[in-house]
Amino acid sequence: MLKTFKLGGVHPAENKLSKDSPIEVLPVPKRVAVPVGQHLGAPAIPLVKKGDTVKVGQLIAKSGGFISANVHSPVSGKVFKLDNVIDASGYRRQAVIIDVDGDEWEDSIDRSPEIKKEIVLDQKSIINRLNEMGIVGLGGATFPSHVKLMVPDGKKAEVLIINGVECEPYLTSDHRLMLERGEEVLIGTKILMKGLGVNKAMIGIENNKPDVIKHMTDLAKDFDGIEVYALKVKYPQGAEKQLIKALINREVPSGKLPIEVGAVVNNAGTAFAVYEAVQKNKPLIERVVTLTGKSVKKPSNFQVRVGTPVSELVEAAGGLPEDTGKVIGGGPMMGKALYSLDVPVVKGTSGILIMPDEESHRGETGNCIRCGKCITVCPMGLEPWLLEKVVMHKDFARAEKERIMDCIECGSCHYTCPANRQLLDYLRLGKGTVAKIMRTRKK
Amino acid sequence: MSLFTISGSPHVHSDTTTRKLMYSVIYAMIPALLVSVYFFGMGAVRVILISVVASLLFEYLIQKYLIKGPATITDGSAIITGILLAFNVPSNLPTIILIIGAFVAIAIGKMSFGGLGKNIFNPALVGRVFLLISFPVQMTSWPVPKPLFAKGLTDAITGPTPLGALKEELKKGETVQQIMDNGVSFLENGKQVVYHIPSYMDSLLGDMGGSLGEISAIAILIGAAYMLLKKVITWEIPTAFIGSVVIFTGILWLVDPAHFVNPLFHLLTGGLMLGAFFMATDMVTSPMSSKGQLVFGLGAGILTVLIRVFGAYPEGVSFAILIMNAFVPLIDLGFKPKRFGEVVK
Amino acid sequence: MNDVVLYAVLSLAAIGVAAAIILYFIATKFKVIEDPRIDEVEEALPSANCGGCGFAGCRAFAEATVKQGSEKNNLEGLNCPVGGNEVMAQVASILGLEVEEKEPLIAVIRCNGGKINSPSKVSFEGATSCSFAHSLFTGEGGCPFGCLGLGDCEAACDFDAIHINPERGLPEVNNKCVACGACVEACPRDIIELRPKGRKEKRIFVSCINKEKGAVARKNCTVACIGCSACFKVCEFDAITMKDNLAYIDPFKCKLCRKCVEVCPTNAIHEINFPPRKKKDGDKKTPAKTLAVKHPEKKKEVVVEKVNLTEKVKQEEKPAEKKTDTKKPGPDSVEKDKKTDE
Repeated sequence: MLKTFKLGGVHPAENKLSKDSPIEVLPVPKRVAVPVGQHLGAPAIPLVKKGDTVKVGQLIAKSGGFISANVHSPVSGKVFKLDNVIDASGYRRQAVIIDVDGDEWEDSIDRSPEIKKEIVLDQKSIINRLNEMGIVGLGGATFPSHVKLMVPDGKKAEVLIINGVECEPYLTSDHRLMLERGEEVLIGTKILMKGLGVNKAMIGIENNKPDVIKHMTDLAKDFDGIEVYALKVKYPQGAEKQLIKALINREVPSGKLPIEVGAVVNNAGTAFAVYEAVQKNKPLIERVVTLTGKSVKKPSNFQVRVGTPVSELVEAAGGLPEDTGKVIGGGPMMGKALYSLDVPVVKGTSGILIMPDEESHRGETGNCIRCGKCITVCPMGLEPWLLEKVVMHKDFARAEKERIMDCIECGSCHYTCPANRQLLDYLRLGKGTVAKIMRTRKK
Repeated sequence: MSLFTISGSPHVHSDTTTRKLMYSVIYAMIPALLVSVYFFGMGAVRVILISVVASLLFEYLIQKYLIKGPATITDGSAIITGILLAFNVPSNLPTIILIIGAFVAIAIGKMSFGGLGKNIFNPALVGRVFLLISFPVQMTSWPVPKPLFAKGLTDAITGPTPLGALKEELKKGETVQQIMDNGVSFLENGKQVVYHIPSYMDSLLGDMGGSLGEISAIAILIGAAYMLLKKVITWEIPTAFIGSVVIFTGILWLVDPAHFVNPLFHLLTGGLMLGAFFMATDMVTSPMSSKGQLVFGLGAGILTVLIRVFGAYPEGVSFAILIMNAFVPLIDLGFKPKRFGEVVK
Repeated sequence: MNDVVLYAVLSLAAIGVAAAIILYFIATKFKVIEDPRIDEVEEALPSANCGGCGFAGCRAFAEATVKQGSEKNNLEGLNCPVGGNEVMAQVASILGLEVEEKEPLIAVIRCNGGKINSPSKVSFEGATSCSFAHSLFTGEGGCPFGCLGLGDCEAACDFDAIHINPERGLPEVNNKCVACGACVEACPRDIIELRPKGRKEKRIFVSCINKEKGAVARKNCTVACIGCSACFKVCEFDAITMKDNLAYIDPFKCKLCRKCVEVCPTNAIHEINFPPRKKKDGDKKTPAKTLAVKHPEKKKEVVVEKVNLTEKVKQEEKPAEKKTDTKKPGPDSVEKDKKTDE
């Protein structure tokens, strides 16, 4: 019996078109735009100015607070200017624009190909190193990793969970990473275990990746305390709370963090970045990004420098298909529709999905027929039909009472609704307004 | 190339649509439709056609000319109401009465509440109960079923339903066993005729008096299996409904078998199967959560038994479902789904 | 039979009398003593219960006025925008106080982008809610400060005073506006401002709130304020301030001379309810003239177009005999909530 979470879940078509494409290193572009706010929390503060020369891995923006992260230059060259650059939504955010010249790296970075297994740093130094190297969660939420390892007083960490699930359709970056760089991922896991102060780690991988499960299980035999678990294929298995429930059968209480049940969850890609940071002194400047879509000539997995415009990846995969209707940053269930192809790749970009026009449009919305399917599929046990109604009527007190803040925005309800009701749109609107009300209440 | 589309996630959608769900229900009703035509002939065809056409027409007219909005008759819900209304009336019902029933079902039972998804009561049942109370004679003269193409029989020949006959005789003081053995005698076209309560096999297959939809339990079960497979309905309501009827009639029967007929009889006669699988499970008028649905089914079952056994009407399913429909908003408030990460205080 | 009727009548009469006595005692014991002036003031109010005064309904406002009137002997800070000066004068006389006349206000839309001047660069599909669209992306036109045209303001209005023009994709305010402030609250981008109606209903304002650099703003919208400061330089009354690449006209200092309107290179400044301007030969800075020089064949059309802009705005703001075409809210639009929540 494969482990899984009990409540809700849907089964969108997997479409893992790029799962057999090995990771391809994308050549460095001519110009990059590195946003200073690629993570949750306060944006970083730029240290460079127009005209400065930078090397790969050089610190170009310093962490802007407790919950913040450093930003390093992904290229070598000259800073063209500091300007506002569009992000996925079209809003402009501050970024460092660099004209690329050659590929000169900082001397402190170890570029040798050998895999270093021995972990020399102690717990405190590991946390500091992750902070220095600007490591954030690569699963998409981009939470600063060093903060995640700092367990608050009164709480105790029992287990580290590595998220190798990749439940979003189309995305295969974690798949290829674990397959091709599995040992590094495991060493990174060991480092995180040491940083957290636990001796048990569980790696969850969805059962649609049998090659990865076998590979990682074989490799994990040489690592103490790390177990690999195959999980039933069900979206959103990769959601933090659902993963914890499936692996250790504990439910994170409403409004609290995973540490409450003794768990800390990190993405497999983050584990790899942690390995590079601690063993090779390499900051987070590049990552694996899947570029995929039904009309894409060559669905691929690229190793991309942060700040590369999305258009470069599209070109490398065979060009933008004629029938493109939507370009999505991330997967089809939770990704963001991109405003244009000039948007730069950031630390949280796990994939780019090119959607053909015929699949890009929503159906016509009808009346709610009270079928109850949204309730059946909601992994958090909420009532999306009721929350939508309540938000439309602006009854935010009722929305809060009906636990709208528990919503993880997975989109299962919206995906299922036979009447094509725009459930997640209103849930997001409701969450935003209720969050604002809660903030003013605290004051 | 056209402009990129921007929308919130998710950017994919499952295949389920309202129309597909509705049409699955219609396909599930086909076995019962066929059986009704087999046993009631042209009368059944007339009733079904008129009911469906009238329902569609009234919905179209109201949506287009009264509400002045888009007409959504292609979503299949009016067809379902039409067929269910047809299933609930005798096959010799005069056309004009049937049309009135369709009007009440659609205009009052559904559109006056705001259209699809907004009505509180099952529209077909609203129409049926309205007709039953307004035209009691026409609504309770049941043609005798005959196999298709049998010679010499028309639907001018009417007889009682098993439940109706049973209730009449029990009132007179006879015991259940006597009724089963001797039958019921009644006047038909001036002649004294004896009506025998049909055997279980006959009731199962449909060779008994009643409305179009309630005669054949097997046809209903086939349709129900299809709907369960297609995930159009879930097990909770039918199980709770039928289960509670079986349990309560079973208790009564065990206590006094002379005056209370056994549960199997209750299962196969009357509109229980039709009601439990097609009417009570109507999504719009039933509770949303699993626990709520069980409570709904239980309540409907208890009410059905009360009306059948102790009430004035021989058949209680329609009233039971309508009464429980009224409680649905309360049930929804009281029975919420299980929350993830419930904070135990 | 008679006995039954007699007993029925007697018992019901007894219940009635008992109930009357109980109710009388309860009414006397729990009677709430209220200042009778509160009722009088409430009578004078328009009973719109819109919340424009800042209180939860007309009754609450009446209580507040009586309370402040007794405690502080003035009505400062209390104003009913719907009733206006007339109603406030009545309220003041009931309480034996004086109240100063306030400038009547009206909602003003500070964006002229929409579908025509800020053409769509992407196509939006989703909930018809400006708040939602604002959190999702910049808007189809690309300007992060621009009107999204989805009608949160229209849905919030209780007075039928603001409607989205489907051709322009922008809201338009008619003279039913009582400046209650509901649309100002509803707009997620603070595009709507309550400004004085002006002498003879004439007013001038900058129809843009874009704070980006001129070149960036202009790329998304042809009538954006580019922060060139031409208006600032020409204003003789110090009514214009420049901040963050944006001009702002102080309505209390503006003397309605219209020099800024003529000089704005992007037509971002709007004049409302002015008579059509006579074309002067000395006008060097009007863009119409500049364009006319470059395209002599277009000279007449361009000038007429500029005058028509004023005409058009004047027509839209005058009492409308016919209702302007509004985008009919679909089934998923945000429905107006008439009850107070929270």
